[in-house]
Amino acid sequence: MSERQVIKRAKYKSSIKDPGTPGVLTMKRERFVFMPSDPRSLMKLNVEFRFIIGHKFSKEAPNKKALLNLTQDKGESYIFEFDSFPDRDACRDFVAMAIAPPANAGKASSDKPSVPPSSEQLSTAEMDRRIKLLQVDSELQKLHKEFVMGGVLTEAEFWATRKKSLDEKISSKSKQRVGLKSDMIFNVKPSSDGQSNRVKYSLTPEIIHQIFAEKPAVRRAYLNLVPKKMTETDFWMKYWRAEYLHSTKNIVAAAAEAAEDEELAVFLKQDDILASEARRKIRRVDPTLDMEADEGDDYTHLPDHGLSRDVSKDLTDSQYDLYKRSFLQDLNRHAAVVLEGRSVDVELGDTRSVAEALTRLKEVESANEASNTHVEQGRSDLISRMAELEDLQGPRDHPVAPLSIKDPRDYFDSQQANAIKTLGESQSGSKHKKSILNAHEAYGSLRKSISEIKDLGLTDPIIKSEVAMKVFSELTLRISNTKYHHGKDPHESILDGLPNATKEEILHQWTSIQELLKHFWSSYPITTTYLHIKVNKVKDAMSKIYQKLQEIKSSVRQDFRHPVSLLVQPMTQALDAAFAHYEVDFQKRSTKSVERPNGFV
Amino acid sequence: MTPVSRKLYTDDVSLLVVLIDTNPYFWSTNNSGLPYSKFLSHLVAFLNSILLLNQLNQVVGIATGVNSCGYIYDSSLAPPNKRAETLLQKLEEFVIKDEELSAEDSVDGIKSSLLSGSLSMALCYIQRVLRSGSLHPQPRILCLHGSPDGPGQYVAVMNSIFSAQRSMLPIDSCVIGAQHSAFLQQASHITGGIYSKPQQLDGLFQYLSTLFATDLHSRSFIQLHKSVGVDFRASCFCHKSTIDMGYICSVCLSIFCKPHKKCSTCGSTFGQPQATVSPTNLKRKAPDS
Ligand SMILES: [Zn+2]
Ligand SMILES: [Zn+2]
Repeated sequence: MSERQVIKRAKYKSSIKDPGTPGVLTMKRERFVFMPSDPRSLMKLNVEFRFIIGHKFSKEAPNKKALLNLTQDKGESYIFEFDSFPDRDACRDFVAMAIAPPANAGKASSDKPSVPPSSEQLSTAEMDRRIKLLQVDSELQKLHKEFVMGGVLTEAEFWATRKKSLDEKISSKSKQRVGLKSDMIFNVKPSSDGQSNRVKYSLTPEIIHQIFAEKPAVRRAYLNLVPKKMTETDFWMKYWRAEYLHSTKNIVAAAAEAAEDEELAVFLKQDDILASEARRKIRRVDPTLDMEADEGDDYTHLPDHGLSRDVSKDLTDSQYDLYKRSFLQDLNRHAAVVLEGRSVDVELGDTRSVAEALTRLKEVESANEASNTHVEQGRSDLISRMAELEDLQGPRDHPVAPLSIKDPRDYFDSQQANAIKTLGESQSGSKHKKSILNAHEAYGSLRKSISEIKDLGLTDPIIKSEVAMKVFSELTLRISNTKYHHGKDPHESILDGLPNATKEEILHQWTSIQELLKHFWSSYPITTTYLHIKVNKVKDAMSKIYQKLQEIKSSVRQDFRHPVSLLVQPMTQALDAAFAHYEVDFQKRSTKSVERPNGFV
Repeated sequence: MTPVSRKLYTDDVSLLVVLIDTNPYFWSTNNSGLPYSKFLSHLVAFLNSILLLNQLNQVVGIATGVNSCGYIYDSSLAPPNKRAETLLQKLEEFVIKDEELSAEDSVDGIKSSLLSGSLSMALCYIQRVLRSGSLHPQPRILCLHGSPDGPGQYVAVMNSIFSAQRSMLPIDSCVIGAQHSAFLQQASHITGGIYSKPQQLDGLFQYLSTLFATDLHSRSFIQLHKSVGVDFRASCFCHKSTIDMGYICSVCLSIFCKPHKKCSTCGSTFGQPQATVSPTNLKRKAPDS
């Protein structure tokens, strides 16, 4: 046990409404003692844990009192109120351990290291998780009720095999980082009052972050210009002016304004940083990529998916190329940024630091790329590997050793002998006459048969009607037989043919057996007294189920008896195997314990 | 190669590959009331009825010999009014060729036919048909087999069976010998085909037309004879006794009832438990012979 005793300040209450007597609660291995602070008080308690049969406690909540209620076997109960929940929990866990059925009952030797896994201190969170699991899984709840409440398994043993599902519950709770919004910036619609020519754009730190992430040229311009050349407000005014021009779809006008204003041009022109990044990415594409394979997925023929944002006017003049911006480019860029996620951990309010952080990030990325020289090597390897003509290559030496099987007949004997045996046929190979056959004669007779049929033609009729009748009845009989031969066809389940109650009973017994067997086999080899006791408990529970199975078998209606016994058979077999192992192990252990005192070992 | 998309998929056109046991030792000692000429008569009638069921049906015959296997019939190539003649002619040629290949003059007992060979040929042929031509028929394999299983072919036969299973090709088996065939039991069981061992061999045609003429689509509606479950429990390689738990060689999957230091089948030496493995003997699994 982790602690010998627990001492906490608490109030003893005779009922929930009683304000309580303040004092000190001491919990020891076999009893708890309450000493009131006021020595004159009569509320002294000294109770042995063996009289306590259960404990209840209040849920942890800010405005609630930390209560612990210990129920006595005569129906009386002791209520304690603690100063804090941790204090209460410590006492609660101590009680839970103290009143749990002692693992090594009857063996007073407490210094034996056979400590059951129940000594772990349970956090409230852990408890909650278990309770939740039980609530959502009624199957589990049934098992828990049957084995833990029934005293076959301890709480800890029961959950020990389910650590995984408990852990899954935790991991699903892990916090997810919030990514970028998937809204596109062009959704920042200018609001106009409808009278004047003024339009209003609103800008939030969120939008700024997004603009900087999606448009590195704007980010660079900001770092260069603000605050040296212009104020932040001017910068954004220019930016939105450019966006506005862009939204009018008048490339000629945009180009004209850009020609006059160098800074405005930055926003109107295509992003040169992005362009160079795109070129670099294209160079990294797998050179063996078969673009034709995706031809069916091509949707570029659909003009802008019905969105009329693109400036698809027929401006063939190359001087305007710089100012063309396609909607698809914007969309792809935005998608890429959203997928990258929020990659900087900077407070969004400070525009400059956001811009700097993003720039640093990009620099690190490109530096990593540059240092990755073996990528280039890998690419050229890939090209030469894909382009090579297989039949012109010499044999490649594989690092595998060839499998050398001495005699494949062993496999046949091992697997197929049984298959034949079950067909009910005595191995006719033994009675097979060992005739020495002459190859020439054998082939001769075969050839004779062929020429015979060539000369005479097919036999007419092919079969006599009596034979046909015999075959017909044989096949029909076999079909009607197989119809009742359940369990061989995976598509039709025997279970579905049974009454619901029987079906559920059988399924429940099967899950119980699985649970018990899991505990049974995992207890071997038996190294501690604790395991010894556990195995005995589990074995007893299994014998009970064994009896139940027999009862189910004899209680079903006559016509279900066969399918039920088919279902029950594998269960009893599994149990039999466990019992047999138990017996053998028991024998071994008892002989060993006899040997030792005689000095044989 | 015709692109898959342009193929005509149908559920009632079958491609049936029939593997015909052409083992002279089996047929010359077979006194079950079915001489080879009678057998051929039943077979030809059956193949004809398959072709009559649907004019797009295709039937391919492969002879399973003792020394070789060979294609002896393809309904898409043979002239329609001379089916039996073409088949018998090719069969005769095959028997002569197979005899030329035989090395010993006399053998002890019945040699087994090369089932693995004809199964592989059937699988290849089906793949070829499925990948070429304008039609995508429903393929299946029918083994008409009488000779005893050849345990030496175990690995090859099992590989064929698994490959058929992977391409969802059912292998039907009709056993015409005195003994059941464990190979074919397994083949039909694994691939979802029909296994049958007719009792009245002089009524073979009736078995064939009742059980094996059904196309795959119709099988879902028809109550066909289902084979009794097969006991595939393993027995150990060392004592041939059936075991529930045992030791398996991680290299060749041989089964033993007791732990061994070295695998008797493939020669791999087994290492000690993980804890004692040092990097130097990591290669312990490689066969040392
Ligand atoms: Zn053995
Ligand atoms: Zn091996």
